[in-house]
Amino acid sequence: MEGLSRRYGTVVALDHLDLTVQPGELVVLLGPSGCGKTTTLRLLAGLEDTDTGSITVGGRDITWLPASKRDMGMVFQAYSLFPHMTVRQNVAFGLRLRRVGAAERDRRAMEMLELVGLTEQANRYPHQLSGGQQQRVALARALAIQPQVLLLDEPLSALDAKVRAQLRDQIRRIQLEVGITTLFVTHDQEEALAIADRVGVMREGRLEQLAPPVEVYSRPATSFVAEFVGLTNRLAGEVQAGQLTVRGCTLPLVDSATPDGLAVALVRPEAVTLASHDAPESGPLVGTVIAVTFLGATSRVTVDLGDATIMAQLPTADATALPAGSRVALTIRPDPVLVSAGSDQAVPLPEEEA
Amino acid sequence: MAAVTSVGETPLAVPARRQAGMQAGRRRRLNLFRYVVFTVFGLFFALPLLAMARFSLEGAKLGTWSLTAWRQITSYTSSEGIPPLISAVEITLELAVITSAVMLVLVVPTMIWIRLRVRWLARAMEFLCLLPLTIPPIVLVVGLGPIYDKIAHLSLSALMLFWVYVILALPYAYRALAAGLSAIDATTLSEAARSLGASWFSVIVRVIVPNMWDAVLNALILTWALVLGEFTVAFFLLYVNLQVELYSISRNTPDAGVIFSTSTASLLFAFVLLLILSYVGRRRRAIRG
Repeated sequence: MEGLSRRYGTVVALDHLDLTVQPGELVVLLGPSGCGKTTTLRLLAGLEDTDTGSITVGGRDITWLPASKRDMGMVFQAYSLFPHMTVRQNVAFGLRLRRVGAAERDRRAMEMLELVGLTEQANRYPHQLSGGQQQRVALARALAIQPQVLLLDEPLSALDAKVRAQLRDQIRRIQLEVGITTLFVTHDQEEALAIADRVGVMREGRLEQLAPPVEVYSRPATSFVAEFVGLTNRLAGEVQAGQLTVRGCTLPLVDSATPDGLAVALVRPEAVTLASHDAPESGPLVGTVIAVTFLGATSRVTVDLGDATIMAQLPTADATALPAGSRVALTIRPDPVLVSAGSDQAVPLPEEEA
Repeated sequence: MAAVTSVGETPLAVPARRQAGMQAGRRRRLNLFRYVVFTVFGLFFALPLLAMARFSLEGAKLGTWSLTAWRQITSYTSSEGIPPLISAVEITLELAVITSAVMLVLVVPTMIWIRLRVRWLARAMEFLCLLPLTIPPIVLVVGLGPIYDKIAHLSLSALMLFWVYVILALPYAYRALAAGLSAIDATTLSEAARSLGASWFSVIVRVIVPNMWDAVLNALILTWALVLGEFTVAFFLLYVNLQVELYSISRNTPDAGVIFSTSTASLLFAFVLLLILSYVGRRRRAIRG
């Protein structure tokens, strides 16, 4: 995709987007609502026309090709199975349009259903299936036509948490098995980090960063990425000679060229560790525990420092010894940190996912 | 309520039983209300129809039974100057088929297209489709007179009535189809079909219409009901359909029994046809479901 733009009236949904997906790669587009990720997918599928730019798949320019001629398999957020057809007929629908013979059609439909583990449901109607099963059939249907690119538009958002995690892993397994180039759109960062080869974080119609999940999380390119992906503490500090001093801790900077002066450091909760239980009377990182959120192996502890609150992600064993109200001293691990570009810039807080 | 509490009955069971008793009482009252309402309204609708049927079977003497009036309406032939009833039935049936076919071919794709591609036109479409409802048939006839004068130059067939019948049936068919279309997620279904390679024609014929089949059937039934019962427009435009034919038969006889038998016949005719149509639709649904 090169220089893709799309406007809806005065709203710019997509602003000169450039994106290249390698063959067999799974790229996840992540971003808040209205960032242009679904628009990107719909332009690619041909469900909407682009204002400027071009889309090339395998060397062929498909920018002005109608959706029906694009050879893209798509799974939608809403349940999109044809209610009047059985599961098998749904999967075979694309093949029927391509005039594949009945026997071959049937064989391939069953093969796809086997891939998603739903052969036993072949003769059922969509309303007889659960939400997760319906989305698996939709995936089988999209794959049955052997498309060049698979497009997944928030396919898991209508499902409950457990099914979502299962199906997410299944989608990744199938994608690797089939080796199909895939573009996956989601607003769920956990989902994105879990299955992507590369994650593209989008904001206001632009791509902020496109990198492997680990890099997006540990070396976010912008403060928006840092705040959108994972939780972040915003702590005021001062940059001096390529180093940042925050509440008595000296931390290295991701970008050593950061000019000297006041800055806001973006510190991950897991970089905040426990210094001691026997907290001194006062100190820059001494405060009162106001909440402990149990997350399983780790717990998130929110500490009131008097002039600010800080979140620390601690092993649950440590966190249980810290009931709300107890005094605690914290320290910050000297990982390279990113500073927010100007403390007055309003960076939207990440949407918290359940 | 039992006066003696049996051994082992917990105190809690007593209010529970009282509640169950109250529920049963409420249900009985509700049932009684239902039967009364059903009977009153049933009589209100059925009595005139039954009376009509009874009068059509009245013999020469008061209080006797006879089929004479029924035999009489089928005995008319064209040699007496009155067109035969059979040809009127034929014309009306043909009109029903043509009207419903034109209606579906015209309205279904248009509605789907507007829903999927030009949503901003939906209001205008609704207004246009419901407009005929607000115009009395007699006013319509006055307006249509000159147009049908021109049509009469081309064809004298009563089948030409289908033009105006399509307009008359439009509001009913539109409402039925709109309800069916809004019950399905037409946008997602069509996008899914298109991404699988379906042309717009395939999207409409293979995906959308099969999922609003009930609505299509309802539109069909309403269109048929309108065509089978239409009298005013046909009569004033001087065409002969079943209703006009039955009217002229009853006008040309001094026998009151014939008037009633023709009315009953026309009612039965429409009733049986609509029953068949809805039965066919139900069977189709049963096979699918």
